[in-house]
Amino acid sequence: MTILVIAEHDNSELKGATLNTLAAAAAIGGDVHVLVAGQGCGAVAETAASAAGVSKVLVAESAALEHQLGEAMGDLVARIGSEYSHILAPATTTGKDFLPRAAALLDVNMMSDVIGVESADTFARPIYAGNAIATYQTSDAIKILTVRTTAFDAVAAEGGSAAIEAIEASDSAITEFVSEELAESDRPELTAAPIVISGGRGLQNGDNFTMLYQLADKLGAAVGASRAAVDAGFVPNDLQVGQTGKIVAPGLYVAVGISGAIQHLAGMKDSKVIVAINKDEEAPIFQVADYGLVADLFEAVPELEKLV
Amino acid sequence: MKVLVAVKRVIDYNVKVRVKADNSDVDLANVKMAMNPFCEIAVEEAVRLKEKGVASEIVVVSIGPKVAQEQIRTALALGADRGILVETDATLESLSVAKVLKAVVEKEQPQLVLMGKQTIDSDNNQTGQMLGALTGMPQGTFASEVAVDGDKAVVTREVDGGLRKVSMNLPAIVTTDLRLNEPRYASLPNIMKAKRKPLEMTSPADLGVEMTNSQTLVRVTPPAERQPGVKVASVEELVDKLKNEAKVL
Ligand SMILES: Cc1cc2nc3c(=O)[nH]c(=O)nc-3n(C[C@H](O)[C@H](O)[C@H](O)COP(=O)(O)OP(=O)(O)OC[C@H]3O[C@@H](n4cnc5c(N)ncnc54)[C@H](O)[C@@H]3O)c2cc1C
Ligand SMILES: Nc1ncnc2c1ncn2[C@@H]1O[C@H](COP(=O)(O)O)[C@@H](O)[C@H]1O
Repeated sequence: MTILVIAEHDNSELKGATLNTLAAAAAIGGDVHVLVAGQGCGAVAETAASAAGVSKVLVAESAALEHQLGEAMGDLVARIGSEYSHILAPATTTGKDFLPRAAALLDVNMMSDVIGVESADTFARPIYAGNAIATYQTSDAIKILTVRTTAFDAVAAEGGSAAIEAIEASDSAITEFVSEELAESDRPELTAAPIVISGGRGLQNGDNFTMLYQLADKLGAAVGASRAAVDAGFVPNDLQVGQTGKIVAPGLYVAVGISGAIQHLAGMKDSKVIVAINKDEEAPIFQVADYGLVADLFEAVPELEKLV
Repeated sequence: MKVLVAVKRVIDYNVKVRVKADNSDVDLANVKMAMNPFCEIAVEEAVRLKEKGVASEIVVVSIGPKVAQEQIRTALALGADRGILVETDATLESLSVAKVLKAVVEKEQPQLVLMGKQTIDSDNNQTGQMLGALTGMPQGTFASEVAVDGDKAVVTREVDGGLRKVSMNLPAIVTTDLRLNEPRYASLPNIMKAKRKPLEMTSPADLGVEMTNSQTLVRVTPPAERQPGVKVASVEELVDKLKNEAKVL
């Protein structure tokens, strides 16, 4: 049994999500190969080779793979995939884009957002916005999974010494990359931050999010948001936490001016400690909060910033 | 340009689903059903393309039980021209659904296929990408903006790091994200008119597709319950609890 894990990276850095996905691979058990597909990503391959439990790193480099477009990635993974018992990628927007494509090319089904490994063919995943956990046994010849990274503790980044092998990569692409607007931030990455401070419609506008950023900077936290805050244009889309946004599970999650719709809870209710600040004592967010403060956020947040 | 929109009948997004006591599945008895919200966004985008004169015909397709006619009628009331229900009571797995959609694509030859990025029941986020693979079409997933220009579509995608723009030749597949548009409501006259729009009934077998299943549901359990929390009276008390009780600060 050999498992292929597809590395999440930006050609210069291996992303932590890869290490969580490697942990899911370790839970399945077997030989683990990592595919690093990109352009000028040699350093990423080196990093992947030293991750715990990896026996081989495959590097595919071509112009078509530079932006890891779904079509080129899908083709590549399908081409090498039939040799593997399992193919895993993190459930990021990159993994979700190409892995179903690869699965269909290999004529197998797949499972998204896996949170538990029961055996080599039986896996658990949330359905209905996390209101139920379904366990499925799959008879597919190749088991293809995206992995919810918050459900698996990362393997050690050091300790391995895998062989690195270059493999062929096609240069053809049916989609053309045009441009990218990536959020620049010195704050920790939302899905990996130890503390997340999220704001909702209660913040009223984008300027008021400054309050949350200041608090976050004092705590070394990341800032997130509800869909309503993103839709209203207070903050960019990459901050959305929830069923159809990012999944977070930090040690501390502070929900400010967020009502607690099931779609929002789906993205944060596995946080260790949840704090809710809301002026409506009936707000559903209080049902999942360990500590609830019924207060006007415009008074509570500045005071909180002073006291921490 | 012909646009094909795939819509699924799912649980209404306001309903909090419950797990059956014997852990065999979720309980969907007497639960309110609706069109998947991301599919509503796909229908709306198609209607806007038609209003702009870019699309000439909008065909809506759904795969599922007979009652899914309701969701096709909703799409027709929102502005789609005709519907196709591929009737089946089979358990719907993404790969089979994608194979059925491929057969529909071959028959209808649309220039653009609009789909939701995700259904809110299975939360799969797979079918559009699988259809892309099976048809060889390019895919613009998680779209927050779609611009059709001649035989090209430029799609702005919501990705983890922010936004990414890609350009694709048509025919192509686009899956919708939340910010693509805000769907309208159907007016009463349009709901009445939709009753007379054509709705073709077909089946996977008619399309030459076998609905296979490779995933057996072993059990369904409720998520871990959280311990009930406490209300604090002041910010001071909150900070004290976080430092000394929860020890997270
Ligand atoms: C298909 C679909 C997918 C979705 N996906 C997501 C998702 O991924 N993530 C997500 O978050 N949502 C998602 N939603 C939306 C979700 O249903 C809710 O609409 C949304 O989470 C509400 O955001 P909110 O809590 O910020 O706004 P509201 O529900 O409007 O709540 C605002 C809260 O702020 C409080 N407030 C106002 N002023 C103050 C003040 N001065 N001080 C203190 N409190 C105050 C109010 O009491 C209220 O509780 C999705 C919906 C659909 C249909
Ligand atoms: N049974 C179905 N009938 C029609 N379209 C579907 C069906 N299942 C999935 N889709 C389409 O595929 C999208 C993504 O679904 P999923 O991959 O199940 O999350 C949906 O928003 C629909 O556009």
